[in-house]
Amino acid sequence: MSDMFSMSLLEARDALAKGDASSAELTAAHVKAAEDAQGALNCFTVIDPDHALSMAKASDARRAKGEAGVLEGVPLVIKDLFAVKGVETTASSNILKGFKPEYESSVTQNLWNEGAVMVAKSSMDEFAMGSSNETAATGPVVNPWRAKGSTEKLVPGGSSGGSVAALSAGIGYGATGTDTGGSIRQPAAFTGLVGVKPTYGRCSRWGVVAFASSLDHPGAFGKTVRDSALLTQTMSGHDPKDSTSYPGAVPDMLGACDKPVKGLRIGVPREYRMDGMPGEIDTLWSKGVDWLKAQGCEIVDISLPMTKYALPAYYIIAPAEASSNLARYDGMRYGLRVDGEDLIDTYEKTRAAGFGTEVQRRILIGTYVLSAGYYDAYYVKALKVRRRIYEDFQAAFEKVDAILTPTTPSAAFGIGSKSKADPIEMYLNDIFTVTANIAGIPAISVPAGLDGQGLPLGLQVITPALDEETMFSVAAAIEDAAGFTAKPERWW
Amino acid sequence: MPLDDATHRYTLPGATGDWEIVVGLEVHAQVQSNAKLFSGASTEFGASPNTHVSLVDAAMPGMLPVINRHCVEQAVKTGLGLNARINRFSRFDRKNYFYPDLPQGYQISQFQFPIVGEGEIVCERDDGSRFTVGIERLHLEQDAGKSIHDLDPDATYVDLNRSGVALMEIVSRPHVRSPIEAAAYVRTLRTILRYLDTCGGDMEKGQMRADVNVSVCRPGQYEKFRETGDFSHLGTRCEIKNVNSLRFIMQAIEYEARRQIDIIEEGGKIEQQTRLFDANTGVTRAMRSKEEAHDYRYFPDPDLLPLELEESFVETIRVNLPELPEAKRKRFVEVLGLSEYDASVLVADKDRADYFEAVIAKGADGKLSANWVNNELFGRLNKEGLGITDSPASPEQIAGLVGLITSNVISGKIAKEVFEIVWTEGGDPEQIVESRGMKQVTDTGAIEKVVDELIAANPDQAEKVKVKPQTLGWFVGQVMKATGGKANPQAVNEILKKKLGV
Repeated sequence: MSDMFSMSLLEARDALAKGDASSAELTAAHVKAAEDAQGALNCFTVIDPDHALSMAKASDARRAKGEAGVLEGVPLVIKDLFAVKGVETTASSNILKGFKPEYESSVTQNLWNEGAVMVAKSSMDEFAMGSSNETAATGPVVNPWRAKGSTEKLVPGGSSGGSVAALSAGIGYGATGTDTGGSIRQPAAFTGLVGVKPTYGRCSRWGVVAFASSLDHPGAFGKTVRDSALLTQTMSGHDPKDSTSYPGAVPDMLGACDKPVKGLRIGVPREYRMDGMPGEIDTLWSKGVDWLKAQGCEIVDISLPMTKYALPAYYIIAPAEASSNLARYDGMRYGLRVDGEDLIDTYEKTRAAGFGTEVQRRILIGTYVLSAGYYDAYYVKALKVRRRIYEDFQAAFEKVDAILTPTTPSAAFGIGSKSKADPIEMYLNDIFTVTANIAGIPAISVPAGLDGQGLPLGLQVITPALDEETMFSVAAAIEDAAGFTAKPERWW
Repeated sequence: MPLDDATHRYTLPGATGDWEIVVGLEVHAQVQSNAKLFSGASTEFGASPNTHVSLVDAAMPGMLPVINRHCVEQAVKTGLGLNARINRFSRFDRKNYFYPDLPQGYQISQFQFPIVGEGEIVCERDDGSRFTVGIERLHLEQDAGKSIHDLDPDATYVDLNRSGVALMEIVSRPHVRSPIEAAAYVRTLRTILRYLDTCGGDMEKGQMRADVNVSVCRPGQYEKFRETGDFSHLGTRCEIKNVNSLRFIMQAIEYEARRQIDIIEEGGKIEQQTRLFDANTGVTRAMRSKEEAHDYRYFPDPDLLPLELEESFVETIRVNLPELPEAKRKRFVEVLGLSEYDASVLVADKDRADYFEAVIAKGADGKLSANWVNNELFGRLNKEGLGITDSPASPEQIAGLVGLITSNVISGKIAKEVFEIVWTEGGDPEQIVESRGMKQVTDTGAIEKVVDELIAANPDQAEKVKVKPQTLGWFVGQVMKATGGKANPQAVNEILKKKLGV
């Protein structure tokens, strides 16, 4: 068995299968590592050794009986947006402090059904609203990666920042995330990991705390494309409890990673080449094009003309839905309650104390754009843009099988460097990722290289709805060509 | 069928002349369903507080609604029963507002695209005359929970049992012109829903309640509105929320119309308002003005897909629709020969109609059965305060009784005695008649013998009949008396006439 913390998920699975390690041993070590890292990285909301170890022991018992599942005994990190039965689930918000659901999210249940074990719950931007994991009620999460020769603390990206900080620090063999505008792919790019946002409806939203229902996509992080494929595949499947869940069969995503990409047509959208984008990003993108060309892909210049309207439309639709989705946090039934003079005062005090600044900002924006007199100008128009963006992709996919873009316009940035500035600057982080959420189509970020400061950068592959297989094939081809093996130097 | 039949015109005199009223109703009808609209929780009435609450109903984080197919069927069925257009595409929207008995912070409703569009129903006034009311739309929505303010001086308690229960909001056109018509409309609607089995219609259990929109106008204005569709011919309306009985609906309209007239006649203007009816005092009170109206920020619920109905889905429901009151009434009159009155009385209540149908299903004569059900049975039930479903006399027993009358085994008079026995002791009417010797004497020989004896004993009376045939009744009475009421009256009459030569 190679080093316990550098193994991939597939390697760990093999080690468990061969009996080189028990789940209890692996899990105990990962829990210990989580506890050791928490002080420096602040990436967990819950570390419950007893819970983790009892899951691991139950897994070992199943294996002993010959009932091993696909992920039997594998320790994972779970984003705090997923309800885990009996474990505090807060969406990193004060308003849900102490809330322990009596139910298990469908996605995590799918993982447990295949034997996976939860190491810890990971921090996130409050209610998944953010791109830097600085809005968590428990404070900013720190990226294990640092620029060469610097000790400046960097953000891990967001909103799934805790999951990537943990996984890139070697804790867990995979992690869950959710992606509403880029919250899986952007943090994956910032930490040298693979991040998958499958097709809308592929992973059930039941039991996942809602941010913006029509844009929320549960998904997975892996150290490798294959790890992420196996995780995504296991999390996926039709769920009658989610009316928007896709009823069809789940494809063999892991198998797709071995399929050659020769002959595939790869689209390069000219609108993603933005003014002021760092040269390094452009260079990496060109490298990606060359790698795929070398493997027999045909490169096609394409146009996605509505791209520039994606972010404005997103920042109308997402807050609109959020303003309604978060109305249930009223202090009446669960979570935080601050008593006031009367009912209205109680609502106001509770929500003022329970929600952070960014969440409040988005509730206000959402309430505004849905208000009488503004609805048509904002919300209805944004829905029209949404449709046009979807049509852009449909037209593009007439000509190409997959689209290649950078994942982010920059590498990880310093904690506080953007959060104190104009919020728009932070929102721009999602500029390359948000279109796939608006269209509901699958997209993956693959680590492809380091920038001049030694920080990881990612490339994004986007494919048509339900075609995760081509997405994984192309992602695996990029991974093979990139040969990305860098790891953050341990300082925590 | 004139909509505004002059004989039913309802006018309110004012200091400055006559006024008329215009009423439109939004009826909230609870969908007959075991489970809620978007969760599997039970809809059973009267359970302990907060025992029929699913995770969805309590709006726990991450919970999602899933449409109850049965409720959709019920809405379509109702739409068809209201002769309305079924919208094959409809959509659920969120109506956002904060209240403790609304856990999600929004009600899932259908705002822009309701499942049922325009229709109309024929309603019947108390005097049997009929009028038509247009239906604007019907949509599905969730009910809220219940806030209980009187358990504690300082605290409000919330019961979420009703939270998420399916409602149909049925919106009428402003085609209702009097308090009586409003009650007639709601009653007709309730009858139709009960025939369809899509709503229990029990207002006391909250299965039906109405928001009543009332305005007043001068005579002639309403007709202009009907011609042009232009609402400016009508007065400003006020909406009275949540009125939960027919009597209160009538009271509220009367009070509200008078209130509006008084304001206008004193030179004031009606302010568009939402008002509440206080059943204790019989007055309506302002709840909120138009300016204070909530901005509900409706938008399509992203947790639910639009409702797209297959034509075959609608057609299957259409072909399986039960016979509705209007059609049943016609059939009773045209096929069974019932009087309009008897037919109307029977169809007005589904249980009564069902009872009657069960009676005639046993082969009993329609007209006579209607007579017996409407008069003897309903009279007795009313007297004892019982509903038709609690009747001690079964349709089989009434059919048996009616059969004995039509086959001349017993007279109507004896039948009443048999009914009394059936009611109090039970038993098969035929056996009762047999075992207690109540059979009518149709043996003409036996009757003749009695007649002969009576004529012989009363020669004066016999002479009188020859002069004044109307006095035959005296002999009839004597024969019946002598036979203990068991003689067949028809046979008695015939024999008397023959013997007395009249």
